[in-house]
Amino acid sequence: MEETIFACQHEGTPVELELAIPAHLLRDDLPLPNPSELEVLRHYTRLSQKNFSIDTNFYPLGSCTMKYNPRIAHEVATLPGFSRLHPATPAVAAQGLLRSLAELQGWLAELTGMAAVSLSPAAGAQGELAGVAMIRAYHQARGDTQRQRILIPQAAHGTNPASARMAGFAVTELPNLPNGDLDLDALRAALGPEVAGIMLTNPSTLGVFERQIQEVAALVHGAGALLYYDGANLNAILGRVKPGEMGFDVMHLNLHKTFATPHGGGGPGSGAVAAASRLAPYLPVPRVVGEAGSYRWESHAERPESIGQLSAYAGNIGVLLRAHAYVRRLGHTGLQRVSAYAALNANYLMHGLRRQGYTVAFAERRATHEFIISVQDLHKASAVRALDVAKRLLDFGIHAPTIYFPQLVPECLLIEPTETESKASLDRFLEVMAQIRREALEEPERLRNAPHDLPVRRVDETLAARRLQVAE
Amino acid sequence: MPYIPHDSAETAAMLEAIGVARLEDLFDEIPQALQSDVSALPEGCGEARLRREMEERAAEQAPLRCFAGAGAYAHHIPAIVWEIARRGEFYSAYTPYQAEASQGTLQLLYEFQSFMTRLTGMEISNASLYDGASALAEACLMALRLRPAAREILIPEGLLPHWRRVLDALLPMQGIRLRSLPQDPQSGRLLLPGEDFPEAAALILPQINRFGVLEEVDALAHWAESHNLLRIAVVNPLALALLKAPGDWGEQGADIVVGEGQPLGVPLAAGGPYFGFLTCRRDYVRQLPGRLVAKTVDAAGQVAYCLTLQAREQHIRRAGATSNICTNQGLLVTAATIHLATLGANGLRAAAARAHQQAQRLRALLARLPGVELPHAGPVFNEFVLRLPRPAPSVRDGLLAHGFLAGVPLIELNPADDPHDLLVACTELSEDEDLDGYASALAGVLGEA
Amino acid sequence: MSQVPAQLRYSTTHEWVAQLVPGRYRVGITDHAQELLGDVVFVELPQTGQAVQAEAACGVIESVKAASDLYSPLSGEVVASNAELTDNPQWLNEDPYDKGWIFEIQADEKDFAQLLDAAAYQNSIGE
Ligand SMILES: Cc1ncc(COP(=O)(O)O)c(C=O)c1O
Repeated sequence: MEETIFACQHEGTPVELELAIPAHLLRDDLPLPNPSELEVLRHYTRLSQKNFSIDTNFYPLGSCTMKYNPRIAHEVATLPGFSRLHPATPAVAAQGLLRSLAELQGWLAELTGMAAVSLSPAAGAQGELAGVAMIRAYHQARGDTQRQRILIPQAAHGTNPASARMAGFAVTELPNLPNGDLDLDALRAALGPEVAGIMLTNPSTLGVFERQIQEVAALVHGAGALLYYDGANLNAILGRVKPGEMGFDVMHLNLHKTFATPHGGGGPGSGAVAAASRLAPYLPVPRVVGEAGSYRWESHAERPESIGQLSAYAGNIGVLLRAHAYVRRLGHTGLQRVSAYAALNANYLMHGLRRQGYTVAFAERRATHEFIISVQDLHKASAVRALDVAKRLLDFGIHAPTIYFPQLVPECLLIEPTETESKASLDRFLEVMAQIRREALEEPERLRNAPHDLPVRRVDETLAARRLQVAE
Repeated sequence: MPYIPHDSAETAAMLEAIGVARLEDLFDEIPQALQSDVSALPEGCGEARLRREMEERAAEQAPLRCFAGAGAYAHHIPAIVWEIARRGEFYSAYTPYQAEASQGTLQLLYEFQSFMTRLTGMEISNASLYDGASALAEACLMALRLRPAAREILIPEGLLPHWRRVLDALLPMQGIRLRSLPQDPQSGRLLLPGEDFPEAAALILPQINRFGVLEEVDALAHWAESHNLLRIAVVNPLALALLKAPGDWGEQGADIVVGEGQPLGVPLAAGGPYFGFLTCRRDYVRQLPGRLVAKTVDAAGQVAYCLTLQAREQHIRRAGATSNICTNQGLLVTAATIHLATLGANGLRAAAARAHQQAQRLRALLARLPGVELPHAGPVFNEFVLRLPRPAPSVRDGLLAHGFLAGVPLIELNPADDPHDLLVACTELSEDEDLDGYASALAGVLGEA
Repeated sequence: MSQVPAQLRYSTTHEWVAQLVPGRYRVGITDHAQELLGDVVFVELPQTGQAVQAEAACGVIESVKAASDLYSPLSGEVVASNAELTDNPQWLNEDPYDKGWIFEIQADEKDFAQLLDAAAYQNSIGE
């Protein structure tokens, strides 16, 4: 095990300080290490080698769209003309940046079938918060103040209900039917004068396209409520179906999924929000406005109805520039191919796994960009759990799919290969899954004790939470 | 096909395995009426063409000597920081949910948490929030969970106005009231309120305030303690290399500490991505928003790391979570951790002291110019307000031509501020010749009038 | 198969109730409940003196992968809680019916009599 950086003990060369600050406002000591530059370089390089990543491993993590992150996008986004720009630089000295962001706003509006876009939310969850806050502002502007409730399918991502709560709403969860579609009777029963809106993603988190979406939209709008679209699954329909045309009023995009910007071991992301015209006035500030040669950030005074500002500046610009580069590189035909090959890869794996005897959750349905299998049968046969299958995959250098989400399907794995994986890499995954299935039935201990070949064996998360050593 | 590896034979074999004839058939569950196209978007282009276009656009942002701050600062970033942070193993990894496949990121985050608890003098640090301003909003929500009967947060006017706007957007939706406390115009410091605030949960204490002035944090923290208010400190992490840690403020220390992590190895990048940090007392850990990493052992008894107390988070607690945050600012935290390690205690102190000394020097130089005043008497760290004889935005614009971003006009942050006031910041990048150049360029611009 | 001691009463939300004296009851979670939860890492106890309603949440039990509300099986006033659980949450897994008791409540005897007996609870969990 690599020691922490705090094990470096040298004192280094202390500095003489001459400060015009009253002594009682200063600290006495700074208990931090002084490693040499080479020590730092080796330490963190070694740590990096203990990670799985897209650059080194197949990463079929459902709902996360772990596709290749093109390096050209990184290169152009970090050109000094962008990376050294202070956020308070006046618009006259930032035209190249503002023009690119204005283009991106336009492209995202076109891709989503929405009227206007604000790029400022820092991630999907902040985009959701913006969207539900806009729904609240819309109803309030109409004097319709009793709408205090948001409907959310049980299978939805946890950020949906958490965001609705942060916007001050109560949440009612709706059931799904056995075929994966939303239960329309339950929806009808839940709609009423206190419902502000519904948050959906389509395809849903169950990996299937919600076929009744137009009916859902009609029902919700008929009850005076609005539809929010969680864009985390946009990779499935990119360039083919526009949320605005499905009847959604407001949505976010996860640029760190669909638009290939890196996840960075947890972030950053970008959750740009797009809105239909009746909700556009409420979009978060600031947006880029103007035309060639005279782009600028709009002022607060220009947008009195806006829900306001969600972070100190204008969002994760570096991420936005990467997404801009991705769209520019692929163009409209390239973007359409993304969804086609994402669907091809997912359906190919789904059929392959079914042939091996795995239970596919919605076998009669088309997979979208992802699909669910359940290992409930293995659990019954040999007490092997989805967690054990996930950990065993790691031994083969394959990152585990998403497990236990959505919670609706017992012992589930949500598998999303993405379009950037080759047939060879999918075929290897299928071979490994066949072997794991054999092991699960013949030598389940191999799975329950996995992983065997990683820098650490299975990590004790219970002890972690009970002991709670979170700093040193 | 950019980034799609399939050749036509492979595609055909896969379609056949699935049992469909064409790629379009994979979308046959989608109602026909919903299928549309996006040909209004541009055609794609090759990498060389893309680079050329973007190099041209990047060049439209001429390089400027940066004296702007107001929450984001032009610091030097050692070459090794991004050399390591952009390694694919960090850059292209997901959130470390599978601990065994993510020990690199997890140990790094544990080290980050250790750096931040030591810098702030607190016991618990999360693994980042979106930015400093949204971290402050989360801290306020946390304070209200700790004080469920309270409804108010006390906010000094010394908080950066763009941070205040974020609180205005995020907190009232949950029925929380924000109460402003006035600043003394002479000293630039917060006035101790004479009244009680029975409905308030917490007092926000920005050290350094938005005029660059250092507050009497012990006295303010003490006042808050005696009024039974939680203390939420807002700090610049680099300044903490020198300034008293919030854990030592007053008698009992701050309860929650937040700040903008940008000064720790994060490029300015026009405002983001940056990262927010949040540290707190151990007792409050179950109200903490965001991810947390713990040190534990593996099945063989070896040291290992994993995410912990996930039952606070949205993927488990859903509507009852402490926050909706999921994706955070991991890569920036990676850079910040490497930055903190590379500078070390001595390097951080040296950088902070240099920024302070150059600000003192520049302040003295500029105050000598005719018509230029220093409106605030209080001590400053690396940033100060200059009152100009002409409106600050036009002076700032005039200095662009001389290659300087001279500062941030206060009126652009807060329309109620004096239009002549310019907030000027130095860092360790501000060389003596830059200070002299700034002073003579400003003299020139002011003389033009 | 989980243990369901015959001398205790049960709620459908998986709490057990033991009569200490008529009118005073001790409450914990069942063996079946702790199995569902997995390794418990934290218990938020109800406060002594707190008035609680039957079937309403009065605390939280957290495991590594789940958080569930603790429900009171009876209406009444909390008169004691097991503070040792704060440092020993694993007792809920290791010894749910003894060391893992959670709180004591002053409540109406008639309400106690309405709770499920062991056979009915066993039935309700399908074992
Ligand atoms: C379906 C779904 N919705 C919302 C989110 C939240 O997005 P973010 O993590 O960017 O906040 C995610 C991803 O984590 C997701 O998979």
